[in-house]
Amino acid sequence: MASTIVTFELGGREVEVMVRPMTTLQAVLRNQLGFTATKDGCRQGGCGSCTVLVDGEPMLSCLLPVEDVAGRRVTTLESITPAEGLHPVQRAFLDANALQCGYCTPGMVMVSTALLDHQPAPTGDDIRQALTGNICRCTGYRPIVTAVHDAAAAMRANAGEQAR
Amino acid sequence: MSADLNVVGQSVARSDGIGHVTGRTQFFGDRTFPGMLHLKMVRSPLHHARIRGVDLSKAERVSGFVRALTWKDVPHNLYTILGLIGVEPEEEYVLAEDRVRFRGEAIIAIVAETEAAAHEAVSKVRLDLEELPAVFDVEEALLPGAPIVTSWGNNTFMYEGHPCRRVRLGDVDAAFERADHIVEGVYNTSPIEQAPLETTGCIAVPEANGRFTVYTNTQALYFSLDNTAIILQVPGNRLHFVGGTVGGGFGGKVDVIVEPIATLAAMLTNRPVRFAYSRSEEMQVSSTRSAWRIYIKDGISRDGHILARKVTSYADSGAYSRQTPYALTKHAANAAGPYAIPNVSIDAYCVFTNRQPASAMRGFGVTMASFALEVQMDRIAERVGLDPWTIRFINAYHDGDIKPHRKLAEDATLIETMQAAAALVGRELPDDLRAMTSAPRGAGHDGGRD
Repeated sequence: MASTIVTFELGGREVEVMVRPMTTLQAVLRNQLGFTATKDGCRQGGCGSCTVLVDGEPMLSCLLPVEDVAGRRVTTLESITPAEGLHPVQRAFLDANALQCGYCTPGMVMVSTALLDHQPAPTGDDIRQALTGNICRCTGYRPIVTAVHDAAAAMRANAGEQAR
Repeated sequence: MSADLNVVGQSVARSDGIGHVTGRTQFFGDRTFPGMLHLKMVRSPLHHARIRGVDLSKAERVSGFVRALTWKDVPHNLYTILGLIGVEPEEEYVLAEDRVRFRGEAIIAIVAETEAAAHEAVSKVRLDLEELPAVFDVEEALLPGAPIVTSWGNNTFMYEGHPCRRVRLGDVDAAFERADHIVEGVYNTSPIEQAPLETTGCIAVPEANGRFTVYTNTQALYFSLDNTAIILQVPGNRLHFVGGTVGGGFGGKVDVIVEPIATLAAMLTNRPVRFAYSRSEEMQVSSTRSAWRIYIKDGISRDGHILARKVTSYADSGAYSRQTPYALTKHAANAAGPYAIPNVSIDAYCVFTNRQPASAMRGFGVTMASFALEVQMDRIAERVGLDPWTIRFINAYHDGDIKPHRKLAEDATLIETMQAAAALVGRELPDDLRAMTSAPRGAGHDGGRD
């Protein structure tokens, strides 16, 4: 089968890639575009370390043929990292020590960001439910849940200040 | 806290924290190099087989195929990673020669322009294998007539001429005769995969100055460098290993498995070569925590003192030794537990089977002993009719006690640790246990034991 050209939005700009059939979004991001914050843990949808947002929804980029995101909006960890400082979710993960080796962290941050975009005041159960597809082998999950709570509080406080 | 301490007592930011939350931390697999090739392994589909032949003709015709490496390409194909600390013999093959001893053992390395081409070429290699009987149980492996996994005629690692690591203190048989209670137990544990989120891998890059830079996620950088130098028969100064960023290891990345062959492939092609395990290789080929079977027989006095402990342990090393002989030595030093027991006999066997090799994982050798011993302690408490806390306090090491392997107990803290644990869980200890310390027993005082 011939290669095809796929166009999608990545971090606010349009990108165009030429791909063989069945090329995953993960492979395009990492190998063609050099967006390596999206990790490669299993290529079978089992670990969550490759999670990106597609039109704001968390998706496993290792299982997603890139043709499926044609014309859609893809957000990776690179896109949510501000030019200076950190996104509140990143800041909370750092402050709560919700990371150790760092390999699951990009996926955890992306899932948490999507959760807080939809649900500014999640319960512990909401957070755990959102993170069920993401495996961490180092820290355990408690500091990660704490970080998401802390990020939610910080983002609500920011939103309150901006509203005043 | 003293005012001149800058770090102790302070909360210090992790040096890699910003990189981790932004995804800018560079793991080995986040790097790429112009002209980088991909290496994939042809692996044994059988647990134990003689290799009669290998046919590469179809693989060589795959578009993107660059070359295949066989054992004949490896300058020093037979090695053992602990050779660096004097462990003998060399017994593992970088690439299998005439026999495979576990399912997943590497036979041929295929190097190709893309990962997909490497996979396709691997699938086109034809192996002519003669299946041999296999053994998967540590005790069955020691029976007469069992399939022999090693090249030296039996299935145990030899410790100074003995088939097991032995520790002897006092006379256990005489003490069993005197004991009021005998408690026996057998404890089995399963192999455990460390399952780091980032799989094992490396990229070897030829440099203009004739050296090779190897970006690796090994947990043991110099171990990997030195073993690679031995296997490739090159001076260590031709190798520059870059590591320290490891996406989880837990003992699963100490085995020097990917670097030697990737570096050899880079030498033979003069191109950067990437060799990274797939998740299924990480789970089914990379070494695990070993499976253990531990027999314990204890003789106990009416008042709860352990008079004698006999331990017979078998660790399943799988097909090759890797770190397991060392694990057994650690195990033998700890198999009586943190308890003062006057008569001890320990036989600890490192057994070879046709399972995937075992190796390091968090406290290996000791963790499984602790599991078995602490369940055993609870059973002793039940038999004697004492509280599980009490049985541990009255048998605990004190400073100055002699351990079964003739080391002096120093800085003993079991008693104080249990007192602190009791406080944390709200357990009211009786006054006599609360008053205990790990201080040395009085001169000439043997704690009331024989």
